[in-house]
Amino acid sequence: MAHGPGVALTIREKRFAGLPVPLLADLSFEVEPGTVVALVGPSGVGKSTLLRMLAGIDRAFDGVITIGGVPAYEAPPSGLVFQDSRLLPWLSAAGNIMAVRAETTLEDARRWLGRVGLAGYEDALPDQLSGGMQRRVALARALSVNSALLLLDEPFVSLDRVLVTEMQELFAGLITAEGATALLVTHLAEDAVSLADRALILDGRPARIAADIPLTTPRNKRDAGDITRLSALLTAKLSEPAQ
Amino acid sequence: MHYANRLFPTPIAVAGHIWVLATSEKLIPDFAKTLGRSAIAFVLSMLIGTVIGIALGRIRWLDRLFAGWVVVGLNLPAIVIAIVLYIWLGLTEFALILAVMCNKIPLVVTTIREGVKSFSADFDELAAAFRMPLGRRLRLIFAPQLMPFVLAAARTGLSLIWKIVLVFEVLGSDGGVGFRINVFFQFFDMEGILAYTVVFIAVVLVIEYGLMRPLERKVSGWRTVRA
Repeated sequence: MAHGPGVALTIREKRFAGLPVPLLADLSFEVEPGTVVALVGPSGVGKSTLLRMLAGIDRAFDGVITIGGVPAYEAPPSGLVFQDSRLLPWLSAAGNIMAVRAETTLEDARRWLGRVGLAGYEDALPDQLSGGMQRRVALARALSVNSALLLLDEPFVSLDRVLVTEMQELFAGLITAEGATALLVTHLAEDAVSLADRALILDGRPARIAADIPLTTPRNKRDAGDITRLSALLTAKLSEPAQ
Repeated sequence: MHYANRLFPTPIAVAGHIWVLATSEKLIPDFAKTLGRSAIAFVLSMLIGTVIGIALGRIRWLDRLFAGWVVVGLNLPAIVIAIVLYIWLGLTEFALILAVMCNKIPLVVTTIREGVKSFSADFDELAAAFRMPLGRRLRLIFAPQLMPFVLAAARTGLSLIWKIVLVFEVLGSDGGVGFRINVFFQFFDMEGILAYTVVFIAVVLVIEYGLMRPLERKVSGWRTVRA
């Protein structure tokens, strides 16, 4: 797969009816093709809403989002990994992968399951899989749409630490191999540092970019010390009071 | 003793009567007639009710517009509908089937409408995110969520339609299980009534275990799977 598309986002305002203050306002950033950007911020700040807007699901906002120069809602589907995996419970693991794209064959689905370490699980229903396995199927589904843009919404939430490390390595490997552009939403500094080239801290109400932090050490060369240092840096930024 | 036997016939006597009725070419034509009427009314009620239920479940203003009418339909006494239609249309097959449908459709509409309202918005979002075309959404996301409600409507529908068809056959028909039971009633023929009832229960059980349960396992089998 070639390098993923660039993303440009300018939100003047995103407001939900009935709320006195907009959720997002005067928010603008660009994502270079083939890079991984983490949107970090406390719960409820609007990270997932922003991701839904990037995926073209939520179009009710004042602003412009382009993906590869095309409005987000007209762009080809992004490989979206929802926070809750969101597998269709009546379809098998392979069925879930094939469901989102007509061109995906059973053979393709098996190959994707193999790449996320679930070879042989193609006939398993979601309820027969553990939370971590479901997350892997969701990742395989997102990658199978052949999208050069991956949108990951808290992909490691509610997983145990051992599984998180395993999943982070898996994600990092696949994102690098696919050359995809990726936006990762998380409230944990460690997740951002493990995967991203750059972290954007969202904070305040309405939420704005509170800090734009390049994570200078290339992500495949970060050791435990780098991760600890960068996590501490992000955590300190997250703890600063919103402007 | 004679009266006791007439009012409370033994199972053997009832079984013997079933055999006599089956060989006298009454039982099978009667059941064929009732089953045919029930099947036509059932299929049409399910089709029309499902379409209306989906529309009301998805389109809020349409639901607001027709919600009152659905309540009226649900609460109109079946006998009133039958008598009115018999007066308007005569004692015809069409009037009987239409009367059954008028009773059944509001129930299907209500079940399907509530089912559609309970659909997961998360799955709609999933379909939107992956730009799934309409046909694919209907087949892979909409239909699997709808099927349990269609089956629930079908099961309650079958039981209701049986009962209503029989009552309407008593009211005005030239044949069928209801018509025959009315004849037996006029002669206080308890054996005949029980014979038809037993066969009736057997047919219902065959439909339940031969058709409904396997169908339910096929479309809702995933619900019973747990890690």
